[in-house]
Amino acid sequence: MKILNNPLQARNKEEIFSEEIRQDIDCWIAKYPPEWKQSAVMAALRIMQDDNGGWLTTELMDDVAEYLDMSPIHVYEVATFYSMYELKPVGKHKICICTNIACMINDSDSIVKHLKKKLEIGFGEVTEDGRFSLKEVECLGACGGAPMFQIGRKYYENLTPQVVDSILDGLE
Amino acid sequence: MTDELVTIEVDGRELKAKPGTMLIDVTDAAGINIPRFCYHKKLSVSANCRMCLVEVEKVPKPLPACCTPVNEGMKVSTRSPMALGAQKGTMEFLLINHPLDCPICDQGGECELQDVAVGYGSDVSRYSEAKRVVPQRDIGPLIATDFTRCIHCTRCVRFGAEIAGVRELGATGRGEHMTIGTFVEKSVDSEMSGNVIDLCPVGSLTAKPSRYKARAWELTQHDSVAPHDSVGSNIHVHTRNNRVVRVHPKENESINEIWLSDRDRFSYEGLNSEDRLTQPMVRKNGEWQEVEWQEALEFAVKGLQSAAGSDGDQLATLVSANSTLEELYLAQKLTRGMDSGNIDHRLRQSDFRLDGNDSPVPGLGITIQGIESLDAALLVGSNVRKEQPIIAHRLRKAAKSGAKVSFINPLWIDLHFEADQFVSTPAVMVDNLASIAKAASAKLTGNLAKLVKAAEVSETAKSVAEQLKSANNGVIMLGNQAAAHPDYSLLVVLASAIAEATNTSLSYIPALSNSVGAALAGALPHRGPAASLVEKCGANAQMMQSKPRKAYLLMGAEPGFDFWDPSLINSALDQAECVVALTAYHSESLASCADVMLPIAGFAETSGTLVNAEGTWQSFNGLVKPQGDARPAWKVLRVLGNLLDIDGFDQNSSDDVLEELKSHAAETAIDNSVSTKTAGELNSSTEGLYRIGDVPMYASDALVRRASSLQRTNSAEPAAVRLSANQAKSSDVEEEETLVVVQDGNRAQLPLIIDPRVPDGAVWISSALPGTEKLGGQFGVVTLEKA
Amino acid sequence: MANEVCFRTLEYLKQPWELEEYKSRGGYEVLTHILKNKVGPSEVVETMKASGLRGRGGAGFPTGLKWSFISRNAPGQKYVVCNSDEGEPGTFKDRDILRYNPHQLIEGMVIAGYAIGATVGYNYIRGEFWEEYERFEAALEQARAAGFLGDNLLGSGFDFQLHSHLGGGAYVCGEETALLESIEGKKGQPRFKPPFPAHFGLYGRPTIINNTESLSSVPVILKEGGEWFKELGVENSGGSKLFSISGNINNPGVFEVPLGTPFSELFELVGGMKDGRKLKAVIPGGCSSPVIPGEQMMDLTMDYDAIQKAGSMLGSGAIVIIDDQQCMVKMLDRMSYFYHEESCGQCTPCREGTGWLWRVVNRIENGKGRQEDLDLLESVCGKIAGRTVCALGDAAAMPVRGMLKYFQEEFQYHIDHKRCMVGAGPTKGLG
Ligand SMILES: Cc1cc2nc3c(=O)[nH]c(=O)nc-3n(C[C@H](O)[C@H](O)[C@H](O)COP(=O)(O)O)c2cc1C
Ligand code: SF4
Ligand code: FES
Ligand code: FES
Repeated sequence: MKILNNPLQARNKEEIFSEEIRQDIDCWIAKYPPEWKQSAVMAALRIMQDDNGGWLTTELMDDVAEYLDMSPIHVYEVATFYSMYELKPVGKHKICICTNIACMINDSDSIVKHLKKKLEIGFGEVTEDGRFSLKEVECLGACGGAPMFQIGRKYYENLTPQVVDSILDGLE
Repeated sequence: MTDELVTIEVDGRELKAKPGTMLIDVTDAAGINIPRFCYHKKLSVSANCRMCLVEVEKVPKPLPACCTPVNEGMKVSTRSPMALGAQKGTMEFLLINHPLDCPICDQGGECELQDVAVGYGSDVSRYSEAKRVVPQRDIGPLIATDFTRCIHCTRCVRFGAEIAGVRELGATGRGEHMTIGTFVEKSVDSEMSGNVIDLCPVGSLTAKPSRYKARAWELTQHDSVAPHDSVGSNIHVHTRNNRVVRVHPKENESINEIWLSDRDRFSYEGLNSEDRLTQPMVRKNGEWQEVEWQEALEFAVKGLQSAAGSDGDQLATLVSANSTLEELYLAQKLTRGMDSGNIDHRLRQSDFRLDGNDSPVPGLGITIQGIESLDAALLVGSNVRKEQPIIAHRLRKAAKSGAKVSFINPLWIDLHFEADQFVSTPAVMVDNLASIAKAASAKLTGNLAKLVKAAEVSETAKSVAEQLKSANNGVIMLGNQAAAHPDYSLLVVLASAIAEATNTSLSYIPALSNSVGAALAGALPHRGPAASLVEKCGANAQMMQSKPRKAYLLMGAEPGFDFWDPSLINSALDQAECVVALTAYHSESLASCADVMLPIAGFAETSGTLVNAEGTWQSFNGLVKPQGDARPAWKVLRVLGNLLDIDGFDQNSSDDVLEELKSHAAETAIDNSVSTKTAGELNSSTEGLYRIGDVPMYASDALVRRASSLQRTNSAEPAAVRLSANQAKSSDVEEEETLVVVQDGNRAQLPLIIDPRVPDGAVWISSALPGTEKLGGQFGVVTLEKA
Repeated sequence: MANEVCFRTLEYLKQPWELEEYKSRGGYEVLTHILKNKVGPSEVVETMKASGLRGRGGAGFPTGLKWSFISRNAPGQKYVVCNSDEGEPGTFKDRDILRYNPHQLIEGMVIAGYAIGATVGYNYIRGEFWEEYERFEAALEQARAAGFLGDNLLGSGFDFQLHSHLGGGAYVCGEETALLESIEGKKGQPRFKPPFPAHFGLYGRPTIINNTESLSSVPVILKEGGEWFKELGVENSGGSKLFSISGNINNPGVFEVPLGTPFSELFELVGGMKDGRKLKAVIPGGCSSPVIPGEQMMDLTMDYDAIQKAGSMLGSGAIVIIDDQQCMVKMLDRMSYFYHEESCGQCTPCREGTGWLWRVVNRIENGKGRQEDLDLLESVCGKIAGRTVCALGDAAAMPVRGMLKYFQEEFQYHIDHKRCMVGAGPTKGLG
């Protein structure tokens, strides 16, 4: 019985996440050396965030810590370091708009303005109906298509206010 | 790497060093000061503060001394224009977001940032933007935080990961938003947490109990020794106006390095507790009255003489092993001078069947530092992490470098290193040890031979035996709960035989700060000073209670809290004619049964000597005046000896007492030999619900029990009945229900907590806590009733 | 002469990311050859050295030399790590490799593993590149099924497992040791060096870490020979290179051209300035490289030495072309904000200095600048550069110095007139 910090008080791993989530996380764990389960922390946080409508609660981070045998503070450190983890609720569609140089000189400002006006929210806010949130992000590596944004996992490039309208209208 | 040294030049001085050593270690050793914040010799190098920048010849940019390895011919300037410019630059950056609140900061006067800043003169920062403000968080009663002052050196974070073994503080957020803290509202609970206060170079983490109590420069610093566990950590006691204001560790690489357990650091608060006894008191016609010393002493002497003057055996002396060597020596001298052999310090032991064949001076048998180089250790009945945190820290280091550590315990314990734990009811603990004895082919006789023969050899037992056998440097250590075990004698003999068979050594982790000293001073019924055998054995602690005597002399012990079986001692004291108590506190528990209470000096108020687990004698001075009319106990004993007309009580100082004892015991070393291969029948049983009564970390002695901040930590939990979920089910009780615990006819009402750390068949009820002072022995059968 | 290396297969294929199509243009032939003929690993490393390939991630360190630091026969696990974190503003070439030519990267990584004796590799893909990650994962599946990944590759006895690791949004993770920390499940905080990854890398084991483009070049180099590759480019800048070209131009995109190609040719390739505006300035190697005025740029060739001589860096080959309507103060404001935002926070000069730089630039941009601010910027840069754990600190200082060097008058104008000198409209604080 190898123990560290009283696993007796810990839950059985099966109790922490659903079967499906566990399979998903376990796939990531399998990529790394067995003693480096914590390498899967970024993936596990992403999986839990997606499962929870796009953001992480302290409880979810604690669950990830427990599942990967990490201390909770270590998981908080990771979750607060990387900008793709959200610690507050976001919209169903998180719009991440790049305002870095290539986009900026291609007038990302006008796209931002358009979005703020259309959605009636500012950066870091969620629309009242919970459908959209807006986030200013750094260069997303698609400068050839500036200005651009990412919604969910998808990139949209060469934006104009008209293009933005049709993209947003096309979303559920 | 070769052993050859390289020669480098620093500020024109030639220095030699092993190649690859970090420059800062070389300059530190040479006494050349390079400013630093993140570097700390006991922590990993993080090289993040960039304060230690120096100029190295032929390198165009300044290099950080803490992570620059030295090599032959390197020429370094620590104060060239480039080096100073770089250091000043870092300083300016650090001050950007550091508040200028030094006048009200508790770190003022001992702030590393302030010190370095002053050294560079007072250029005004050119930063004119608003400073960063960090929301405050409460991380518990011991550590005050002001993270606005934090300079992100991450020493505290590394301490958690690398030394305390639990990561409680972290650095969350990125860039300028990075903040040190717990992130969620949570207290820091490690038993070593206070060390971050010393590590923090600024006033971001300070001691809460001494907050705003004094400015650093108003304090006087004295050397002393911590008075709780058997480590004997070296400390600096800081006093002001005749009061202890705070305690810091004093570096001693062979004992506590630079660390201190929270108990040793914060217990001083108990010195100023409301219930300090400041005036002698006697009970007249059932009423307590404050009296002058003379009267009290005469009262005590009369009482002792009339109860035990004619029959020495009617005197029983029970002393705490937290008393000094001098006090213990005089107490046994006084007892023996009254023709009694009845003296004992083993107040938390119940099985004395080994006396005579027991280890003469039980102790570690190795050095505290030597624990680090163990490659296997089996601990029996020990929650070493809470009981002797520094020893646990050394064990952790051993485990981290590959030592195999296992525990045979009555409870699962929280550990900060990897170890195997074999947890069972107390009776089965003996079986488990027997099983290892069998796997190790240990030689035993009589009863124990039978027990071992009957034992089943489990795979785990085999592997532990194998680990011990293959170790070059292995030990079997007996801890606090082994000593309190009803079958201590069996555990000792088994352990000793296993040690012999596996070529490892038997080791005791003594419970209290002077347990070893008590044996050297002769505070034992069967051994005098220097472990000499006595002609006539006196009664041991157990016998002194089960067969009540007429007169009792108590020193530093509270009946409800410092004894194996509070109900037993209470009934013995109730029946006595005269109970004289030397005590620093006016405690309920004493007031109900004593006849005289003589106020004695507490920790830091008296001079004396403590002998730690490895056998090191450490003397200290009295640093503050005892409170009120209290007197050092050695003086009280000396006067009592005079008044009782006993020879040899004319020492003028505690040093005189020490010299006298030294003439007997200076050469007496730890001796863990056990001169038997058998022991009696099993006392503990597997029938009924068996109580496990440990002594919680912050209940271990009178001083710490009154240390108010420690008592507010999460570690100071109130008394409760703890059962495993299984056991609760079969006992038909439910979480949070209030239960009546019945033990030997004594009853106590306590709440139930379901706790997976308890094995089935056992019930965990800690002792030494309010609510348990009327119960029976620390181990024994109890029944539970619904309230 | 274009599209010889990383984009070699693209123009011939409809779905160049499919294994079969990649194979139809000679894909995996080099790997097969190496494995079947047991080509000596040191021979592989020598060819890489001869090619003159310099790391395409930005620092330009010779790839063959890096590989030679690892002793193949040292016992224990070693790793090959690919840096697909692509976060340097202006850079978007690795994304094209991931989505259009993932097999060439895989082939390159297996060969790298073979060369240094590593049996496990990780490709660290920035978290936002989800679609590219899926494309890469699909390619991994195909390669595994075809026996190019896994145990005992093509019966050679050589094993190589390759996995992707997704980032979480942190530019600093592009720094190689931060990236390793990140794979280890920690915050992406760079390690101090030495030790270098070749000695103490992923999980403390010897590791080579290379950029996506560097590793994708490997199969072609081994196929055509080191000399061939070297000859593509110019002295000290062997081979061809992907340039991510963006900005105020007509035809932005990723272009593979030989190193040493005149900028003016590239300028033509991208169809010149949009809306008939004038070329004002060029950032030649990603956000971190100092800006160069347009006219000067027109005379430069795109190779390491030429750009360095002009006071900037070829970096990751990310060219941002800026027209005369852009305010350089506003640009620097945005760039400085980026470094401030992306500083990992561990070392003092960067954590505190990047914020300071940005705040000063920002107040100039907003019409609140003071005369002493220009000197202050220079002095703060001086206290950051060369004193930080990783090069992010330098990267933050360089663009500031570049802008002040060539466009000081715009900053001065902002300070004096509290408004912008160029016509792209009033700046934020003034409107
Ligand atoms: C702040 C910072 C960001 C970096 N980002 C990247 C990146 O996104 N991609 C990359 O390949 N290299 C990046 N690098 C360079 C890497 O540290 C490293 O030099 C490179 O991955 C080595 O590969 P190469 O030799 O093939 O170029 C970055 C360096 C720094 C200091
Ligand atoms: S330079 Fe910046 S990003 Fe790099 S280690 Fe230091 S704080 Fe982190
Ligand atoms: S600058 Fe917007 S994607 Fe690169
Ligand atoms: S002491 Fe060297 S960088 Fe902090």
